[in-house]
Amino acid sequence: MSELATVELAIPGTQPEYLCPPYVSSIARSPRMPLVVLPKTLTERTGPVFGHGLIGEHENDLTAQHPGDPVGERIFVHGRLLDEDGRPLSGALVEVWQANAAGRYRHKVDGHDAPLDPNFSGAGRMLTDETGYYCFKTIKPGPYPWVNHHNAWRPAHIHFSLFGAGIFSRLVTQMYFPGDPLQPLDPIFNSIPDEAARMRLVSSLDMERAQPDYALAYKFDIVLRGRYETPFEEHR
Amino acid sequence: MGAERKWIPSSSQTVGPYFRIGLDYLIDRMAEVDAGAEDVIEIRGRVLDCDGVPVPDAMLEFWNADDSCSEEHGIPVGFRRVATDLEGCFAARVATPAPTLLDDGRMQAPHLMVLVFARGLMRHLISRVYLEDAKGNESDPVMLGVPAERRGTLIAKSDGENAYMWDVVLQGNNETVFFAW
Repeated sequence: MSELATVELAIPGTQPEYLCPPYVSSIARSPRMPLVVLPKTLTERTGPVFGHGLIGEHENDLTAQHPGDPVGERIFVHGRLLDEDGRPLSGALVEVWQANAAGRYRHKVDGHDAPLDPNFSGAGRMLTDETGYYCFKTIKPGPYPWVNHHNAWRPAHIHFSLFGAGIFSRLVTQMYFPGDPLQPLDPIFNSIPDEAARMRLVSSLDMERAQPDYALAYKFDIVLRGRYETPFEEHR
Repeated sequence: MGAERKWIPSSSQTVGPYFRIGLDYLIDRMAEVDAGAEDVIEIRGRVLDCDGVPVPDAMLEFWNADDSCSEEHGIPVGFRRVATDLEGCFAARVATPAPTLLDDGRMQAPHLMVLVFARGLMRHLISRVYLEDAKGNESDPVMLGVPAERRGTLIAKSDGENAYMWDVVLQGNNETVFFAW
């Protein structure tokens, strides 16, 4: 396939390796055979486009999904989705999920002895606007213990699932909070070798977007692979 | 905006064990849409780790570029998301893929791109699934770029009418071919 251009690969150090021994679950689940480089074909250049019909009411307000207010620190999380040229990705699906303020997930395999909150499910979703902007209201998640090693605790984080201009732009990541002392101890956060790349997963306190007497705001911009070369917009 | 300005893609982090909280809704919606769908095939199989142990907390996403334009109820027809059950099993109903033309004039055999997410995977895995009874697998340019002895890991075996069996082996003997990103 010498005539065909191949897909662009990540800048070394900016993405985790599959095998990351301090993260114990990676040992039995990471591939060991050489990865094969794909040519850029229609398959790699295109991707799903989601319609507004997918998004219901209150899905970008995780504090308004139950009759009462959830417990915890109310916050806004917002930012922009950009491609590798810094161009906004509009109409892109953003899916988020997280623990509650006590550090407990509403999930049957979470055995942490912290209370569930009857007013908090911890799931949200939205489409970016024409400037690539997204915003949701939630509760600041708590840190929680996990079984990776003795006395292991995850720093507070929100999970993000993102769709860009093509399936090759797909990204699942986690957003962290500034100044969290658990970050240097966390094998998942530290699986990214490049420090600058790692720190780009830490949101920043945004007093301009904070609402006085109501809620602080954290800003988290996300860059997805690819250069908008797909017919992303023509398909809506 | 300066054309030379390089925006570095954000780093990946694992989907973790609790992704169903945020991602199951789409699986449910797709199942509703699929109940009345025509011209679909089912791809079913298991996700296995290095010891052949089933992976009960994996998510797979299938992409059929051939159907990238159409959507139903906000859901793109060419895209399907499924999760494994406690036995590591999955079943995805996907639009039947067709051959597609490459820029250099050659044809690609019918296939789907598959993304694999799981606790333990810091980055998702990318694979492709081809169908054993489809024409053109032997001359498919991507298949030819894979070492011959590993090509079989990308081919789903026929398993009844419009159904195929395909396992994803994350590591070890018969490890599935994964692509770099």
